[in-house]
Amino acid sequence: MKKVISKSFWVDKDVEQLIGELLRYGVMTASIIVFVGGSIYLYQQGQLAVPLRHTFTGEGASYTTVKGIINGVRNFNAPDIIQLGVLAVIATPILRIAFSLIAFVIEKDKLYVFITLIVLCVMLFSMFSGLKV
Amino acid sequence: MTTLTFCIILLAGAYLAGLVGSLTGLGGGVVIIPLLTLVFHIDIRYAIGAALLASIATSSGAASAYVKEGITNIRLGMFLEIATTIGAVVGALIAVYTPTNTIAMMFGSILIFSAAMTMRKKNQQVLTEGSKLSYLLKLNNSYPTKEGNVEYKLKNVGAGFSIMALAGILSGLLGIGSGALKVLAMDSTMRIPFKVSTTTSNFMIGVTAAASAVVYLQRGYMDPGLAFPVILGVLGGAFTGSKLLTRIDPKALRLIFCLAITFVAVEMIYNGYNHKF
Repeated sequence: MKKVISKSFWVDKDVEQLIGELLRYGVMTASIIVFVGGSIYLYQQGQLAVPLRHTFTGEGASYTTVKGIINGVRNFNAPDIIQLGVLAVIATPILRIAFSLIAFVIEKDKLYVFITLIVLCVMLFSMFSGLKV
Repeated sequence: MTTLTFCIILLAGAYLAGLVGSLTGLGGGVVIIPLLTLVFHIDIRYAIGAALLASIATSSGAASAYVKEGITNIRLGMFLEIATTIGAVVGALIAVYTPTNTIAMMFGSILIFSAAMTMRKKNQQVLTEGSKLSYLLKLNNSYPTKEGNVEYKLKNVGAGFSIMALAGILSGLLGIGSGALKVLAMDSTMRIPFKVSTTTSNFMIGVTAAASAVVYLQRGYMDPGLAFPVILGVLGGAFTGSKLLTRIDPKALRLIFCLAITFVAVEMIYNGYNHKF
């Protein structure tokens, strides 16, 4: 743990290694969740006729909000487990930004702390501004 | 068709899409949209949702390797992500007011442009003198090659930033990574060596696509029944593609795929024009 807070640990090349690891584990975690959810989904609904999706109706609140998805996962609802994996896919690059921010703070690179904060704010705006219309 | 059969066919299709996307350098997301709309006749909005997820997953997967090798310019990526994420949010907003036929036709056009871009001559040259802004923003860097570390500088930062904003808008509107436009901005405009521009572009695609993906998730574009085969299939295909790329020179293959994709693009435009979306 002491290693992590020292500055030398965060110099550019090591940060690259860490970001690489973060992305790799993010993708792996997401794939495993999607695979588990998908397997249960096929086990439960594999023999049913496939929904056509020729026209767009949109997914309900249980698949489109974090609260709905978590609730569904608690009830062991297979499509919600897949959606949890979807959340993990989307969260991976967002975590990467947060991670870069910490790295730039420790490097005391004010310019890039500022730049990273802008990107993070755009992401947060996109998430919480209710742009969904 | 049962759900099981559908998932198996889509899984195989997504695997091929990931493979072709990786070998041509177009990205798996781009090939997923015509597959879902033209083959399965699925509404383009669901296709866009699935394609965005495919783009994010392949970007993270591939970037993890490139970042570790130290080729990716993280500062440059971070700086340009201001443009692409704002663009992506704007694009996702415009999408609500854009008819799906128009989206299909735009998608076809971008697909042709992207295919043409992958065939062009790549920038191997390294600038030794950068513009003022490139120093100010600490964008100049070096990358490892077989002959050791190569220093590079860049110019036209403002123009590159603007093209990136456009790439972001298209990404948000069409649900693609718009890697071709990103490379155009870095490679042709900012004069970055192509190895750095392609890996940095790939690094940025995940964040760009995530910016609009959070909007599309809330709009109900992300169908779990599609997300599951598409994510796993495209990731598998892209992984196989990256392994193949180290062993074969895909020049002839790339030409064939790009021609095939151009035909697909023309069909998207044709169908869009005839209001079949």
